[in-house]
Amino acid sequence: MKDYLRPAIVVFLALTIVTGIAYPMLVTACAQAFFRNEANGSFIRAGDKIVGSELIGQPFDRTDLFWSRPSATGPHPYNAAASTGSNLGPTNPDWLKAVGERVEAIKKAHPDRTGPVPADLVTASASGLDPHITPAAARYQAKRVADARGKSEQSVLELIDRHVQGRTFGVLGEPRVNVLKLNLALDIK
Amino acid sequence: MTSQAWLQLLIFAGVLTALAKPLGEFMARMYEGKPCGLDRVLGWLERGIYRIAGIDPTREMGWKGYAAAMLLFSGMGLGFLYALLRLQGSLPLNPQGLGDVSPDLAFNTATSFVSNTNWQSYSGETTMSYLSQMLGLTVQNFVSAATGMAVLAALIRGIVRRNAQTIGNFWADLTRSTVYILLPLSFVLALLLVSQGAVQNFSTYETATLLQPTKDADGKDVAEQTIAMGPAASQVAIKQLGTNGGGFFNVNAAHPLENPTPLSNFLQMLAILLIPAALCITFGSMVRDRRQGWAIYAAMMVIFLPLTIGVITAEQSGVPAAAALGIDQQASELQAGGHMEGKEVRFGIANSAIWSAATTAASNGSVNSMHDSYTPLGGLVPMWLMQLGEVVFGGVGSGLYGMLMFVIVAVFIAGLMVGRTPEYLGKKIEAYEMKMASLVILVPCVVVLVGTAIAVMGPGIEFVDPTSGETKSTLNNPGAHGFSEVLYAYTSAGNNNGSAFAGLNANTFFNNTALGLAMLASRFLLMVPVLAIAGSLARKKFTPPGDGTLPTHTPLFVVLLVGAVLLVGALTFVPSLTLGPIAEHLQMIGK
Repeated sequence: MKDYLRPAIVVFLALTIVTGIAYPMLVTACAQAFFRNEANGSFIRAGDKIVGSELIGQPFDRTDLFWSRPSATGPHPYNAAASTGSNLGPTNPDWLKAVGERVEAIKKAHPDRTGPVPADLVTASASGLDPHITPAAARYQAKRVADARGKSEQSVLELIDRHVQGRTFGVLGEPRVNVLKLNLALDIK
Repeated sequence: MTSQAWLQLLIFAGVLTALAKPLGEFMARMYEGKPCGLDRVLGWLERGIYRIAGIDPTREMGWKGYAAAMLLFSGMGLGFLYALLRLQGSLPLNPQGLGDVSPDLAFNTATSFVSNTNWQSYSGETTMSYLSQMLGLTVQNFVSAATGMAVLAALIRGIVRRNAQTIGNFWADLTRSTVYILLPLSFVLALLLVSQGAVQNFSTYETATLLQPTKDADGKDVAEQTIAMGPAASQVAIKQLGTNGGGFFNVNAAHPLENPTPLSNFLQMLAILLIPAALCITFGSMVRDRRQGWAIYAAMMVIFLPLTIGVITAEQSGVPAAAALGIDQQASELQAGGHMEGKEVRFGIANSAIWSAATTAASNGSVNSMHDSYTPLGGLVPMWLMQLGEVVFGGVGSGLYGMLMFVIVAVFIAGLMVGRTPEYLGKKIEAYEMKMASLVILVPCVVVLVGTAIAVMGPGIEFVDPTSGETKSTLNNPGAHGFSEVLYAYTSAGNNNGSAFAGLNANTFFNNTALGLAMLASRFLLMVPVLAIAGSLARKKFTPPGDGTLPTHTPLFVVLLVGAVLLVGALTFVPSLTLGPIAEHLQMIGK
C-alpha cells in the first residue's frame, strides 16, 4: 500500500491541475477568442443596456405582446438565477387545476379562438426559462396582438412566419419562435 | 410516433454506430499500449505525470494491487472534494459569495461525483462556487470516468491473458484514459457547445432589463432579470462524455445556457452514449474477435431502441385529463403536441424522450426535460433502464463490465441447459466467477429495494424544516407518483445514474446520507468483484473451443443475453414498479 501512496497523491494532484484548471482555462480562452458573444450569454443590447439574452425567455402578459410559456421559477417567473421546472406529475390534482386555470385565462384573452389551446402555452417548461413557443402558440395569439396594436392580423402572421426557426438541417429539434425577439420586432415595426 | 420522431431516432442510432467503430479501435490500441497517434501530441503530458509520480507504466499489478490503487485513489478524491465543498466560502473564485456546503450535502455530493453518479441534491447556480465546480466537480467528472474505463481495461486483459498474474497498471490506465480520450473529446465538444451558445466565462451573474416588468410572489415589481453565468461548457462536455451527468445549472441540460439548440442537443446525446458504445468495439478488438464486441453492442441496441420508442409513444400520447381541459396535444406541422409539461419547445417530444432513454440507459443522468412530469409509462422506462443495472451502454467502463457479468450468467445458464462446463472466450467459467458475477448483479438490486423500503417507511419522505421546526413532506406529488419519486431516487443512486424525479426534496439529512451510501456501495462493491474476476480469469489456461462450446457472437447468444438482463430486471422490479408508475397509469386512464 505504501508504494501506492506517492503515485496516488501525485497523479491526483497532476490530474486536478490538468482537468480542473488547465482544461477549463484553455476552453475559456478559445471560447472567448472565437465565440465571444455566445460564450458570454448571447445578449441582446440596446446601447449599453442588456435587454435580455437570445437564449433566455422573459415573462409577458401585456395584450400587445406575445406571451411566453408558463414558468415555475420563484420568486418571480423566468428567474434566470434559479432555474427549475414544476416537477408536477400528470395525475397531480394541483397540476390539472393549474392547467385548467391557464386554459381559462388564455381562452378569455382570445375570445375569437374556439379551438383547443396549444399545449406549450399552458404547460410549464423544463427550465422555467424556455425562450421559445411553438409556431402554433404564436399564431394562436396573432389576432389579439394585432387588435391591440391596431394592425391587420395578416401583417402579424407574416411577422411570425419570418421569426419561425425551422428544424436544424431540416430534421433536428422542433420548429419554434423566439418570443423576446418577436416582441422586440413588434416594437420596431 | 410521428415520422419526424422516427427520423431523428434513426439518425441518432446511425451516427452513434458510425462513430463507435473508429473510436473503439482507437481505444483498443491505446489500452494495449500501442502508439495511438495522439501520443505524438500529448505524450509529453502522460510521460510527465509518470515521471513526477515515479510510476513505471510497464510494471503491472495483480488484481488486488489494482483494486487497492483504485480504492486509494478514489478515497483520496472523496476526501479532497468533501474538504473543498466544506471550505468553499473562504476560497477564491466565488463571485456570488456562496457559503460553505453543509456536512451531509457535502458528503452526498462528494460520494456522488467520485462514484460517477453525479446525483445532485443541490442546485448548481445557488450552491456551488466556480472553484468547486472546476477544481472539485469537473476533476471528478474526468477521473471517476477514467477509473471506470481502467477497471474495464483490466477485466478485458483478464479475459485475454493466459496463465498470467497481472492485469495491468492502474496508474497508466487512469492517466491514458484521461489524457488520450476524455480530454481531447471534451475539448472539442466544449467548443462546439460554446459555438451554439453554451456559456463559458468567469463573469459575475449578468443583469438584463426586462422588456415588460413583472411581479414576484409577494406582488413586488421586478424590472430586471439576473442571468446565471460561469464556465458551463467545459463541464457540460465532460459530464456527457464521462457518463457523469451532473449539471452546471439546476435544470441541467434543459437550461438554455447549457443546451441552447437542437444541434447542441444532438451532440450531447451522442456524447452520452459514444464512449460506452465504442467500448464494445474496443472489447471485440482486444479479444481478437470483433464479432464478440458487435454481439454485445447488438444486445444493448435490442433493449435500447424498443424502450426509447416506448417513451416517445407515451409522451406523444399526452394526458387524457389535460386534453379534456381543452389542450391541443395533437402533433402537427406547427407544434410537437404531446405532454409538454416539463419539456422545452426546441426539443419537443422526440428529443426529450430519446434523451431520457439515452441518459438512463447510460449511467449518465443528465436531463433535458423533467422526468418527474412524464406520463406514468414514459417515466417507467427511464426507471427500468436504470434498474436493469446500467448495462445497456451503462457508464463508461462500468456499463460494459456490468454487461460482461450478465454474459457470464448467460453462458452459465446455457451451460446448465446442455450439461457442460460453461466457458467464455476460451476461459472456463467456474463457481468463483459465478459468485462474483452474482454479487455484481445483486448488490444494486438490494440497495435499491431496501433503500426505497426504508425511505418510504418514514425517514425519506418527511423532514424537519430547520427554520420553522415543522415536519414537512419531501414529496412533490401525492399518491402513486410520490412513491415513484422515492423509488426513482434510490434506483438512480443505487445504479450510479444520477437523474431524478426532481420534485423530491433529497437535500435532507436522511436522504443525503442514505443516497450517498447507496452510491458508494453500488460503485465500489461492484468494482472489486469485477477485478477479482479479472484476476481469476487471467490465471486460467486457454481452453480451445470444442464441438459443445456455445458460440457467443451469434444472434442466438444475443437473445440469450438480452433474456438474462431483462429477466433479472423484471423479476426484481416489477412489484415495485406496479406500486408506482403502473398504478399511476391505471389511475390516469381510468377516469
